[in-house]
Amino acid sequence: MAEPRLVVLQGADERDLTKLSEYRAIGGYDALAKARALAPQAVIDELLASNLRGRGGAFFATGRKWSFIPKPDQNPNPHYLVVNADESEPGSFKDNEILSRVPHRFIEGCLITAHAVESKHVFVYIRGEYLGPFEAVRDALEEIRDDERLLGGVTIVVHRGAGAYICGEETALLESLEGKRGQPRSKPPFPAISGLYASPTVVNNVETLATVPPIVAMGGAAYAKLGVENSTGTRVVSLSGNLVRGGNYEVAHGITLRELIYDLGGGIAEGRELKAVIPGGSSTVILTAEEIDVPYDYDALAEVGTAMGSAGVIAIDDRCCMVQLGIRVSEFYEHESCGKCTPCREGTRWMTAILRKLEAGEASDSELDLLLDVCDRINGKCLCPLGETAAMAVASYVLKFRDEFLAHLDGSCPFGSQSPLDGVVAPVNQHTHSPVAEVPA
Amino acid sequence: MSALHDEIRELMALYPEARSATLPALRLAQEKHGWLSPEALREAAEGLGETPAYCMSVASFYDMFHLEPVGRHLVEVCTNVSCALVGAQQVLEAFERELEVRAGETTEDGEVTLRTVECLGGCGWATIVALDHRYRTHVQADDVGAIVEELRADG
Repeated sequence: MAEPRLVVLQGADERDLTKLSEYRAIGGYDALAKARALAPQAVIDELLASNLRGRGGAFFATGRKWSFIPKPDQNPNPHYLVVNADESEPGSFKDNEILSRVPHRFIEGCLITAHAVESKHVFVYIRGEYLGPFEAVRDALEEIRDDERLLGGVTIVVHRGAGAYICGEETALLESLEGKRGQPRSKPPFPAISGLYASPTVVNNVETLATVPPIVAMGGAAYAKLGVENSTGTRVVSLSGNLVRGGNYEVAHGITLRELIYDLGGGIAEGRELKAVIPGGSSTVILTAEEIDVPYDYDALAEVGTAMGSAGVIAIDDRCCMVQLGIRVSEFYEHESCGKCTPCREGTRWMTAILRKLEAGEASDSELDLLLDVCDRINGKCLCPLGETAAMAVASYVLKFRDEFLAHLDGSCPFGSQSPLDGVVAPVNQHTHSPVAEVPA
Repeated sequence: MSALHDEIRELMALYPEARSATLPALRLAQEKHGWLSPEALREAAEGLGETPAYCMSVASFYDMFHLEPVGRHLVEVCTNVSCALVGAQQVLEAFERELEVRAGETTEDGEVTLRTVECLGGCGWATIVALDHRYRTHVQADDVGAIVEELRADG
């Protein structure tokens, strides 16, 4: 088992790092002073040397993203740093813990980044449901509110969302932050050129930003020695599902999925067998129990056709019916589709409908093909990846567990109520919102 | 002018463009009225300098805004994959029995609304139940009786 090397959560087990004095005691905000003594480009160069890649899911090189921001003399509009704290991917709950336990490290990362991209305005878009993490960040900001030396003229506004998965997509997030329905924009232009209020904007994930101070402190080259090539450094991995010890674990990239599940997660609960693993949140391609010796890094996971995504590992035991899993995942994306692009809006509904028919034993061979066809027709035809990732995930259940899907054609589900996902009531199946203006009878 | 109006004005000052305060303003209006009633929407709109129709068009996009009355307490059970794998449906059914409502409904006395929600971001501590937005972790069906008693005692 790989020795845990804490970077993002370093010190949080020993001290209450939500407190400024405790964070200061371990050298907190020293990296900010170090960064401000450097020219913005020199900070960007450190990040390029670290090869830190975005922890939100797209894994884009952070230093490169920063370097796309025009210099103030190239674009006189204010520059913005927008933090994506809208963590909503089923299986991921790392930013929840990072904001709750190391809010000052996160804020320090924001301030360093603001220096690097020459911005005075930071907006933290945090999902509305995250009340605890919101309070942790708010309280930490309160502690430094009057410390002008620390803030350096930068304002940080924490903006709470109101319940919409799609707002984790960066352009939908910007729309939402502008006070609109959270629907993705067409790209290009990318936010670096035209983002918040049509101004140059960097959008970074919480964990990415919380990694910035340690990188500045230790130097980009030292950070790049952690992990593996192309996936440098550590990752806070969220483990959930049928495990003995679910939770967040910060590990160096390159640990295998098997080590994550059996060594850190304690193996499969109740003495059951592992059946499948969702490796990077529910929008990633599923792996079978035979595929888990893959190292947890970008390239290795890409080689087996899947992705690290937002590092949410969901272990699934042998009681679970894969058709039911497909229904539940499809229902989620159906519910969260913003409705802007037809293939996603209609396609996710079709996916759910066909899967329900399959589960009820009422589907024919051709409908299994139709399901894959619907998935195929969503791919590559929308403004954002929501529908596409839903389609790829569900199609992977069919492709990797085809016998199980075929078994459903014979009239009934082989798992029935033994599967924990049997008959689960998803939000899409309940009607909290009745029409406001009712048509009189 | 109402206190809500003043609070919304303060929020608007935080942003380069005032419309950015729409979501926070709607939250405040909902906190005051319990739900986004036509009156709540009018009040938010008036503070923001937008139309009620605009506020409605935004509010209807987001799950946390209530467009019809809800109970004084809100019980939200996550039934997404990670929670469902470890028994979220049983937790939900226990709430349905204790509260004598179905998911999506409010108790007859108007005290408690029960609903399922999508992933709350606490997957490794499943099942997650949000009680008036505070997360309870590792909730099992057996815990539900005590949780409901606690809610009822809270008056």
